[in-house]
Amino acid sequence: MRARERFERWKGWLYLLPAILFLGAFFVYPMVDVLIYSFEEGYNSASQTYFGIGTYNYSYVLHDPYFLQAVKNTCLLVVITVPLSTGIALLIAAGLHAIRPLRNLLQTIYFLPYVTNTLAVGLVFMILFKKTPYSDGFVNLLIQWFGGSSVDFIEGPYWAKMFVLCFYTIWVVMPFKILILTAALASVNPEYYQAAKVDGTSEFRIFVRITLPMISPMIFYLVITGFIGAFKAYSDVVALFGTDLNAAKMNTIVGYVYDMLYGDSGGYPSYASAAAILLFAIVLTITCINLLVSSKKAVKAW
Amino acid sequence: MEVTLQNLTKIYPGRGRKRQEEVTALKDVSFRIPDGQLIGLLGPSGCGKSTTLHLLSGLQKPTSGRIFFGADDVTDLPPQKRGIGLVFQNYALYPHLSVMQNILFPLQNLKGKEKLTKALMSEKAYEAAKLVQIEDLMDRKPGELSGGQQQRVAIARALVKRPKVLLLDEPLSNLDARLRLQTREEIKRIQRETKITTIFVTHDQEEAMSISDQIVVMKEGIVQQIGQPQEVYDDPCNLFVAKFLGTPSVNLLEGQLRAHSLYIGGESVLSVPDTEETREVCVGIRPEGFVLQAQGALHCELCSVEVMGRDNSVVSAHPASLMPKLRSIISAEQKVETKNPVVSFDLKPSKTYLFDKETEKRIPIKLQTRSQV
Repeated sequence: MRARERFERWKGWLYLLPAILFLGAFFVYPMVDVLIYSFEEGYNSASQTYFGIGTYNYSYVLHDPYFLQAVKNTCLLVVITVPLSTGIALLIAAGLHAIRPLRNLLQTIYFLPYVTNTLAVGLVFMILFKKTPYSDGFVNLLIQWFGGSSVDFIEGPYWAKMFVLCFYTIWVVMPFKILILTAALASVNPEYYQAAKVDGTSEFRIFVRITLPMISPMIFYLVITGFIGAFKAYSDVVALFGTDLNAAKMNTIVGYVYDMLYGDSGGYPSYASAAAILLFAIVLTITCINLLVSSKKAVKAW
Repeated sequence: MEVTLQNLTKIYPGRGRKRQEEVTALKDVSFRIPDGQLIGLLGPSGCGKSTTLHLLSGLQKPTSGRIFFGADDVTDLPPQKRGIGLVFQNYALYPHLSVMQNILFPLQNLKGKEKLTKALMSEKAYEAAKLVQIEDLMDRKPGELSGGQQQRVAIARALVKRPKVLLLDEPLSNLDARLRLQTREEIKRIQRETKITTIFVTHDQEEAMSISDQIVVMKEGIVQQIGQPQEVYDDPCNLFVAKFLGTPSVNLLEGQLRAHSLYIGGESVLSVPDTEETREVCVGIRPEGFVLQAQGALHCELCSVEVMGRDNSVVSAHPASLMPKLRSIISAEQKVETKNPVVSFDLKPSKTYLFDKETEKRIPIKLQTRSQV
């Protein structure tokens, strides 16, 4: 009887055990390990030795021009792509919601980038933007056709490369946002629109005063996941600009971490760990701010 | 505002790939609603009452026919230009706005010359709130209100622009039984105070009868009868209307007109002085149309007596009955002898209706009590 009671009490933990073990081994342990690495100065992975404990790794990383460049690139990417992609996705979703014919076809087309491989899409973008001895790329042909002079988007000026990266990122993340927002729009009870219509509400006011507040939880969700996703950008940059990102001045924070570990100048797990912890701190801070703002707004709105 | 419906027909096209048959929701509906009255559109589900309301609101367009508000043809006007207030069945209050903001919403839409100052707007909102007695709830969100309070807010929002016509879609269906009684009196009071022509839709005959100035009984997209509730109840024009109005519902029996008399199961129950013809009829008798009488003409097999306090409900059976049981309402002051297996009734001629067996139309013949011999 007592054994049974004891079992009842611990039953819940038993059920949770597989998940706890899994998360502990593959999530908590590595995180703690990274944190420890980041404070071990002069760690040598071959001999598994280090000189001492301190904050030198952080100081090195924060003074590394490559890291600062990566932070600048990442922040630019986040600030430009998250609002733009969410905004455009909202417009497209609202448009899709408003039309009846061809809606399914257009929805499918808008969703295509989501199911396409990142690297394959990167190749397509190369063809669109890259200058080769044989061709200036499709976009440059367009620019020339309109009377402009061609720009090297892949190996040219910084702003051109940033433009391509942002364009590409927006294009890649949009389908998911459109999908979520169309679903959110469809879930708004049409009676609200009828009521607003009877009261003579203009389309714009309906959108701002009724539709937006109703789907705001979904928008906040998209903004938060968008921020996190953009901060973790890496594969897209590689697909566009190759692996030597520091030379191209197009590295991202995740790219910097990778280079520190495995790149040509790599083999510094301590620096990589410090950079990773810094990225984690940035993402955590911004997510917390986002949640605070959204919960406050949500409270106000409700 | 007088409202006139002229030959309104609404056909919904067939849906889907296979183009199913189109549905005729309204067939050539015409009636006139006098200014300042409370009208109940009544009928079973699918009778076209909600479609009628939607056509009046302008949210749907009729397939053919015209709608007039006063002398103005509003058939082609969009909802916001018709000057109507509409209360939805589920109220459709904006959940993210407070009660005050909900009531203000229609006023904030006004543009150009009609635009109001903020002070005037809130004055109007408070006026509407006072009318429905929710002025203490202005800062709450709809989610924090009870069903009855939400209903009031919805009515206030519909009234704040002083519409010419107020439309209510099943206003009481989402309320519990007690609130229903209270709210229907509330609707009546608000309508009396504002004198706005009000049209409401319901499937509950009691609801419609109790507060309407006039009721419109509909079935399968066709108006069956229009009139004051008592009038329609006392003088139904066909079997459907007789059956639909009144609880307990009308009792139906097979009868025969023969030799200036109405026969039920071989017994002459009422005399019919004005006709010579011999025909089979369907007889409808209101529960209160039975008079307990020892020498009564109609002999029924007594099943049970249900005590309801003020009245007794006598349940009995008769071979000519078209229903499993006959139900009559007898004043509790009259004692029913339960030991006796047979009860005898006389029928009140004004509560007894004759219907054609084929067309189910009322047979307009005068009935009289049997001459006492």
